[in-house]
Amino acid sequence: MDKLIELRDVRKVYSTGRLEVQALRGIDLEVGRNEYVAIVGPSGSGKSTLMNILGCLDTPSSGSYTLSGEAVAGLDRNRLAEIRNRHIGFVFQSFNLLPYATALENVELPLLFAGVSTKERRERAAAMLERVELGDRMEHKPTELSGGQMQRVAIARALVNRPTILLADEPTGNLDSASGKAIVSLFEELHAAGQTIVLITHDSGIAKLASRVVRVQDGQIVEDVRAAA
Amino acid sequence: MGSLSFFRQMLQDVRQQKLRTALTVLGITWGTVSVSLLVAFGEGLEARIRANQRGLGENIVIAWPSRTSLPWEGLGKGRRIRITEEDVEALRREIPQARFSGEMSRENSTFRRERVRITPEVSANSPIFAAMRNIIPAAGGRYVNDLDLDRRRRVVFLGDKLKQDLFGDQEAVGQTVMLDNVPFLVVGVMEKKAQDSSYSGRDEGKAFIPDATFRGLFSERYLENFIFQAHDASATPEVTRKVYEVLARRHKFDPADKEAIGMWDTSEAEKFFAIFFGTFRAFLAIIGSFTLVVGGIGVSNIMYVVVEERTREIGVKLAVGAKPAWIQRQFLAETLTLTAVGGVCGMLVTFGFLAVFPLLGLDEYVGTPQASPLVIATTTALLGVIGMVAGWFPARRASLLDPVVALKLA
Ligand SMILES: Nc1ncnc2c1ncn2[C@@H]1O[C@H](COP(=O)(O)OP(=O)(O)OP(=O)(O)O)[C@@H](O)[C@H]1O
Ligand SMILES: [Mg+2]
Repeated sequence: MDKLIELRDVRKVYSTGRLEVQALRGIDLEVGRNEYVAIVGPSGSGKSTLMNILGCLDTPSSGSYTLSGEAVAGLDRNRLAEIRNRHIGFVFQSFNLLPYATALENVELPLLFAGVSTKERRERAAAMLERVELGDRMEHKPTELSGGQMQRVAIARALVNRPTILLADEPTGNLDSASGKAIVSLFEELHAAGQTIVLITHDSGIAKLASRVVRVQDGQIVEDVRAAA
Repeated sequence: MGSLSFFRQMLQDVRQQKLRTALTVLGITWGTVSVSLLVAFGEGLEARIRANQRGLGENIVIAWPSRTSLPWEGLGKGRRIRITEEDVEALRREIPQARFSGEMSRENSTFRRERVRITPEVSANSPIFAAMRNIIPAAGGRYVNDLDLDRRRRVVFLGDKLKQDLFGDQEAVGQTVMLDNVPFLVVGVMEKKAQDSSYSGRDEGKAFIPDATFRGLFSERYLENFIFQAHDASATPEVTRKVYEVLARRHKFDPADKEAIGMWDTSEAEKFFAIFFGTFRAFLAIIGSFTLVVGGIGVSNIMYVVVEERTREIGVKLAVGAKPAWIQRQFLAETLTLTAVGGVCGMLVTFGFLAVFPLLGLDEYVGTPQASPLVIATTTALLGVIGMVAGWFPARRASLLDPVVALKLA
């Protein structure tokens, strides 16, 4: 199996004043190509902390992280920006769309930073919005879209630069169940099409659909179950 | 995304921060107006004073024969020195780096034309006097020339004010005026000029006649004064020294006796003005710049607030792969745009003001302030620097945000 992600003894310590919080205490994790991993665990267990490190949005206090064969620790801001741009598609619970930009412009954003020409940007962003069934909402601003639609725009943005991994931190957490279901089936389709996905969820129903479930508790992986193929 | 969206973001910021943005742009506008108007007024005033200075003549030295103050070769002090046209001829011969003109004058001769009687100062001199003193004939006339001198013609050149007093708005050239009952032909009238310093009344009120005519008419031998002008202004001190030498030799006084011939070197005033206006301009520019800097601090401040408010957006951009330099450029561009808007407004106000100012009729006192290239270049350069500095710090802060922190995920 092709290893995309390899975490070795990753720790994260937050120090707030005199208090030290050990959010992650020695995580070892490998994720292979075309895996669909669900990370579950109680609130405050360190799931988001782990996810942010995987997405190169945050750096571990210690331990090593290898992404697609490249050691991430110690890379400078520019290289990290490139990695986020080329390898990672991040979907947030709260969508994080630019409020003044249209759906199309939001989806174009990663391509802008990748240095893709205006014309190609348009085409690829439009195609991706079609893919998430928002072809008729391209010129809409986020405020003119429903929660489910906003999250689909965010997913289109995460996928538009063909990332190595799609990361999603509770992507359905702010959605009603119907919209949530649509998102979940979209993830299944993407996985079926070969996309590697790591997502955090509180919903055991969603976790069941993943090919692998990793349970985190108190900053450690306490269970790692692969579904029978 | 591209530029369209950049401006949309800016409009968004402007809309969210209407009052603050307005005040900031106003600050820059005010700063720009201060700098440009101060410099423009400085330049206008300087041009005015220099024009006045030119009215007397550029870098000329006026010399008056007086009394000796030092004994010399057995001669006592207090001896009166009298200069004649022959002395001026000798100076011309011996000091080729300068030009010379003697001047004789009279204040008790009466001009009469019809029923008008005026007793102006009559100045008798040579043709080059006009060039040295920036006396320019108005169209249709001329100054006293060499032929007038050779033939001792009875011709007169009138100061513009004197002409007005004698002739009103009528044409004067070609007319005759009576000078102490002797008819004189008017050959020219002086073009109006600015002159704020003089040594025997302003040229506008004088009558100028050939010195040869004057000598014949009034049996006068001695010059009231003479003026000289070095061809190269920097040679003035050397020429002055030589003038003392030549005259001291001819009239037997100590060449170090500065009181024997009184001299007024107007180029010293020129030097003074150069220093004075250099300082004055620097002073105005500094005051104006401080105002601009205060405006710049305002811009910087608003950009900090903008960065603060757009932290999440910065986080989103970082998360999808924006490099710090890109974020920095964006905020820098925004700051420069705000500064430019303020600057353009300021320039417009300045141009408007400068267009209206001449209508107030204060030109004669303070000159005409002008938005010279210097003013525009100074202001633009200052604005650019201030914009860069004002934008740099907030932009840098934005670009160095941590994605997790900016996204408020941590
Ligand atoms: N910036 C921070 N400073 C201090 N402590 C933090 C910070 N971020 C997270 N923590 C702490 O680290 C621990 C793990 O937090 P994390 O957000 O990873 O939990 P989570 O598993 O995502 O929880 P949830 O399911 O509620 O989202 C928590 O105890 C949290 O309080
Ligand atoms: Mg979380």
